[in-house]
Amino acid sequence: MTFEDALPLIFMALMGLSMLAYVVLDGYDLGVGLLMHRATDAQKDVMVASIGPFWDANETWLVLGVGILLIAFPKAHGMVLTALYLPVALMLVGLVLRGVAFDFRVKARDTHKGAWNTAFFAGSGLAAVSQGWMLGHYVTGLNTGWQYDLFAAAIALALPAAYVLLGAGWLILKTEGDLQAHAVRWARLAWLPVVVGMGLISIATPWVSETVRERWFSMPGFIALLPIPLMTVATLGLLRLSLGWKRVLGTLCWVPFALTVSMFLLGFFGLAYSLYPYVVMDRLTVQQAASAPASLKFILVGVVLTVPMIAGYTVFAYRVFRGKAGELKYA
Amino acid sequence: MMDALLLARMQFAANITFHILFPTISISLGWVLLFFRWRWLATHDTAWLTAYRYWTKVFALTFALGVVSGITMSFQFGTNWPGYMEKAGNIAGPLLGYEVLTAFFLEASFLGIMLFGHGKVSERVHLAATFLVAFGTTLSAFWILSLNSWMQTPAGHTIVNGQFHVLSWIDVIFNPSFPYRLTHKLLASGLTVGFLLCGISAWQLLQNKANASTARVLRTGITLAAVLIPMQMFVGDLHGLNTLKHQPAKIAAMEGVWETERGAPLLLFAWPDEAERRNRFAVAVPNGASLILTHRADGEIKGLDEFKGAHPPVAPLFFGFRVMVGMGILMLLLSWYGWWAGQRRGWQVAKLPRPLLWAFTAMTFSGWVATVAGWYVTEIGRQPFIVYGLLRTADVASAVPSGKIALTLALYVSTYLVLIVSYIAVLKYMAEKPETVLADEAADRGRTPVGAQTANLPAREGGAS
Repeated sequence: MTFEDALPLIFMALMGLSMLAYVVLDGYDLGVGLLMHRATDAQKDVMVASIGPFWDANETWLVLGVGILLIAFPKAHGMVLTALYLPVALMLVGLVLRGVAFDFRVKARDTHKGAWNTAFFAGSGLAAVSQGWMLGHYVTGLNTGWQYDLFAAAIALALPAAYVLLGAGWLILKTEGDLQAHAVRWARLAWLPVVVGMGLISIATPWVSETVRERWFSMPGFIALLPIPLMTVATLGLLRLSLGWKRVLGTLCWVPFALTVSMFLLGFFGLAYSLYPYVVMDRLTVQQAASAPASLKFILVGVVLTVPMIAGYTVFAYRVFRGKAGELKYA
Repeated sequence: MMDALLLARMQFAANITFHILFPTISISLGWVLLFFRWRWLATHDTAWLTAYRYWTKVFALTFALGVVSGITMSFQFGTNWPGYMEKAGNIAGPLLGYEVLTAFFLEASFLGIMLFGHGKVSERVHLAATFLVAFGTTLSAFWILSLNSWMQTPAGHTIVNGQFHVLSWIDVIFNPSFPYRLTHKLLASGLTVGFLLCGISAWQLLQNKANASTARVLRTGITLAAVLIPMQMFVGDLHGLNTLKHQPAKIAAMEGVWETERGAPLLLFAWPDEAERRNRFAVAVPNGASLILTHRADGEIKGLDEFKGAHPPVAPLFFGFRVMVGMGILMLLLSWYGWWAGQRRGWQVAKLPRPLLWAFTAMTFSGWVATVAGWYVTEIGRQPFIVYGLLRTADVASAVPSGKIALTLALYVSTYLVLIVSYIAVLKYMAEKPETVLADEAADRGRTPVGAQTANLPAREGGAS
């Protein structure tokens, strides 16, 4: 394979990693937003403070992911965004409401604060549900029909639950006291819907797509791939166990978040294996959709130069704010 | 039912109009914040720190609105103009990609440290974070205006099978209208922020809500505006000459020149009648347009008759241009008079005449009006093309049914209206309650996760921490 043939694959990998980074990073922001209505007013302030320094950069991964789709696979970009026109618009309105509510809720007069808290919750919910709906349709090849809509509806409920699990894990990691104890309870509530959702995706994708079925259930590939579902089951089991530990409120507060992130990683690899070499399942392959090699090379230079820098200052930002968010303690 | 192309254009226009309001403020406000921040370090006068803290809150709000509307735009390229990305993606894609990679992550990551990190990192790191946010917003303007200018004056490409391919990235990025447009836009941003600083400070003085920082902010705003407005007029003239050279149809529409003529008059007012292709109720300065555009009284201006079927609608350009220039003249008069009045009173701003303060309050968002009017002139002026002279907007629109577009258009527009009303209402509230804003700011920083360093702020900072 020449370098020019490999270029679309490199960009497919970059796009996948950006989307994964987005889902994990903004996933915990959206999850915290979805938990807002369960918290007291003082706890709401702490919850928002725990994500305040990060959310802007987290959301940028979505722009990069869609940007790469646009830059590297313009044909797929048009196809996907035309098919998902309405849910994209709803997600955008959700993200707009969520993003502005961050700032409005502390700056507006006190009588309006409640309304902006509601907008924060509703925006997070609308974005998460729309993303689930889009994921459901995307993994089944953007087909139309009641069975695809039903599947997408199930994912539209499962993805927000997974975000809640991430958000609760984040709060266990970044807060203490009552709020942290509440977060453990919230994580337990979200666990079952996530397990059901993961199971549904695993059953439904091979069921609706023959490509996926052959890929996973033919020998000897089946044996080689077995570790992925087995590890997912083990991770989910361990996560449920960890939520009962006493030390999860202390030194092991990072465990639920880390396990949830691992679950997303495993799900991502499973999906990536199902999809490859398609960028739109059974319709458009990576090579068919790719733009001109000259443009890809030009942007690859930028990627090689900037992505390590982005990683560097992202780590720096997380180090600066690495402690616990809390109620008005001046360090 | 309106046709899908018009609806798609209205939707994109609504989004881009809403979006541009906020970067226009944040690009320059970032540098103004760096200035406040640096004055505080240099003088240890707490008024500068108060100014920094207060305007940081305005910046955070503005930045958030810019980010969320920008994300919407990144999707609308694909949802509204799929054909554009398929045909010109080799050029538009990498320019947008460089904007995300070099600018978006930089500004978004350091914004967190700038907003919540004061006292958690050293003063020097915090100053650097403020610089990087300002630098990031400007770099973002560089890339997006490069792409916009390429669509106006395409260069450095070749077309193979209807697809654009790059011959020289230098020629693409530094296309003929780019240096003018970038300078014009950055100056517009500076002026918008200058009048925003003046307007909010003047309102605080009128409401007896001024504090020690108000005088410094007002002086900064007036000086910024007074220095930038003559520069803007000069650059605007150069930009106009550049447009005359590359996009004569746009100039003909701006000036309402229906037929090619020598010694074209400068129309102060008229009602362009597209059906009869002539101007009604014209009030004109003889030979004015020729003098301004060709610097000769009998210079020839190409008329719209030479671009039949390929020129933009006349009325929006004609009026948009006059609104922008009219705003510019008001800005010049007010900022120069304001600077003279301030200088005469030794910048004791409380002694400034109240009508002047009211005038500044009325002009708080004058930069927005001029900016949007100017953008309408240049963007509608590119029609009926999306890439000037080469690719028509109608040929790249999406096949989405018009009902769906109308539905989402209504959804976006109602969201934007609520947000713009909220933004202005919150700015007014913040102007009237500066002490609440500063207390909330301190509380916010107090709640944020603590980091490696503890507070090392100079003792003189006062009650903020």
